[in-house]
Amino acid sequence: MSQRTETVPEIGSIEPNRHGYRTFTLGGFTFSRDEYFAHVAWPKSHHMLPADAFLRALQRDIAWGFFYGIVNFDAVVGTVNHYGSVDLFAGRFNEHYRKAGLDHSERFTTPLIQRVFEAMLDDWTNAGFDPFASPQETGSAFGPKNGGNKEAITRHRVTAKRMIGAPGDEPLRSDESGFPVNRHFRDVPQDTPEVIAEPGFEDEVVAFNLFAYLSRSDVTWNPSIVSVCKASLYCPTTEEYILPVIHGNDRVEWFVQLSDEIQWEVEDRDTGAVRARVTMKAGDVAAMPADIRHRGFSPKRSMLLVWENASPELPQLYASGKMPPSPVQF
Amino acid sequence: MAPQHTTRFGSLERYDKGGVEVINDDARNYVFSNVFEVASRAKPYEKVAVGKNIEYVIEAIRTEGTSGWRAPAQDEFALVMDGEVEIRLLKLDNPGVVPAGTRGSVGLPGAPPGRKMGVVRARRGHMTLLPVGAAYQFHAARPGVVLLQTLAGADTIERWADICQTSARPKA
Repeated sequence: MSQRTETVPEIGSIEPNRHGYRTFTLGGFTFSRDEYFAHVAWPKSHHMLPADAFLRALQRDIAWGFFYGIVNFDAVVGTVNHYGSVDLFAGRFNEHYRKAGLDHSERFTTPLIQRVFEAMLDDWTNAGFDPFASPQETGSAFGPKNGGNKEAITRHRVTAKRMIGAPGDEPLRSDESGFPVNRHFRDVPQDTPEVIAEPGFEDEVVAFNLFAYLSRSDVTWNPSIVSVCKASLYCPTTEEYILPVIHGNDRVEWFVQLSDEIQWEVEDRDTGAVRARVTMKAGDVAAMPADIRHRGFSPKRSMLLVWENASPELPQLYASGKMPPSPVQF
Repeated sequence: MAPQHTTRFGSLERYDKGGVEVINDDARNYVFSNVFEVASRAKPYEKVAVGKNIEYVIEAIRTEGTSGWRAPAQDEFALVMDGEVEIRLLKLDNPGVVPAGTRGSVGLPGAPPGRKMGVVRARRGHMTLLPVGAAYQFHAARPGVVLLQTLAGADTIERWADICQTSARPKA
């Protein structure tokens, strides 16, 4: 069942627990952590997740503004974005929790849940652990409270207004700006397109090397907008290891594999029943239907073009059945 | 010693294709195709949709020789996936050649009147803005592939049954 929580709770306990971490409440939910685990409790039950996995999921949920649709931290806990408000849930998209009557959901205004999540991420992320980095590129999340890593958890989110590198828009990446080529992409050419603009047209004759730009990404599984065609957004990202969340769609999403390989586990969005495995290699294109949830596995750092339609009316169109969950019928 | 990592891109000459392994579903729901395979079977400058999201499309275009001139009704973006493409841009004297309400782009008969804006020579991985109010023409000395971010227009070709996986397992 879903409750709506209007009251503003305290951000978190003032005193840390014996492991050095503060405890946070949000409506009927309580979040606490110890040296290895995040503990989530709600009126009917409780759950625990590894601290590193929890922080990686929490980091994406915050950075993406709760993203499109559902961000499952695992098979039990997650959020649903209503674009202005957010449901925090436990067991809602788990058939067995629902049958047992152990599921719970509460709705919060987006600024409220954002504020609590940001405070929790800040307090629970230790020095040396970067939730955005691949496991080989960061230190441990575990152990008692040990400093913080605010620089890593408050990165600028890239959202081009027209195109990366266009005048007044998001800048290119370089060694000088703090974005060296990633260790997995040292063989990616760093050449630039030859741009010859006639006088007066320097601001409209624009091109850049997207693959070189992606090779310098310092984060994983973090779609960023690089080009905007009305509501059509190209959101490429570099992927390594496992997508830290299981993304449940509220609209159709498309993937174009630009380099290397990702395998996707696809499940029913509402029950978690397995539907398909999708293997994508360079040049492959696939849709993720509006009624599924998916999780990707990338053995080597790869480049993935995530293509989104940001039209605000889409969730309602799909939820009402006015749009079929698959984008093309043939 | 740190291992050497090899980044794998595709090309018209060499691409590996993955696929959908159905467990309890229909492979057609995933509209699975490969841009290099699609372009290898296309005529030069056919605009073959490989992705569609309501009115928006991603088109796979085989670049080979010189295209006709086109004018977009909104910004478009060309990403070179293989080969080298010269993109010629021209500021339209009469933007009205693109009728109001047009989606995507329109083909123009011959070179339209206008001022030369410039040229971009783009290779694999390079993305070029095709700005609204301009006309553009592609030229490629050798076959290549461009992905175009645009809206479905009158010249967009949809042949999903020909390009997409329909069986429960990828073809070996």
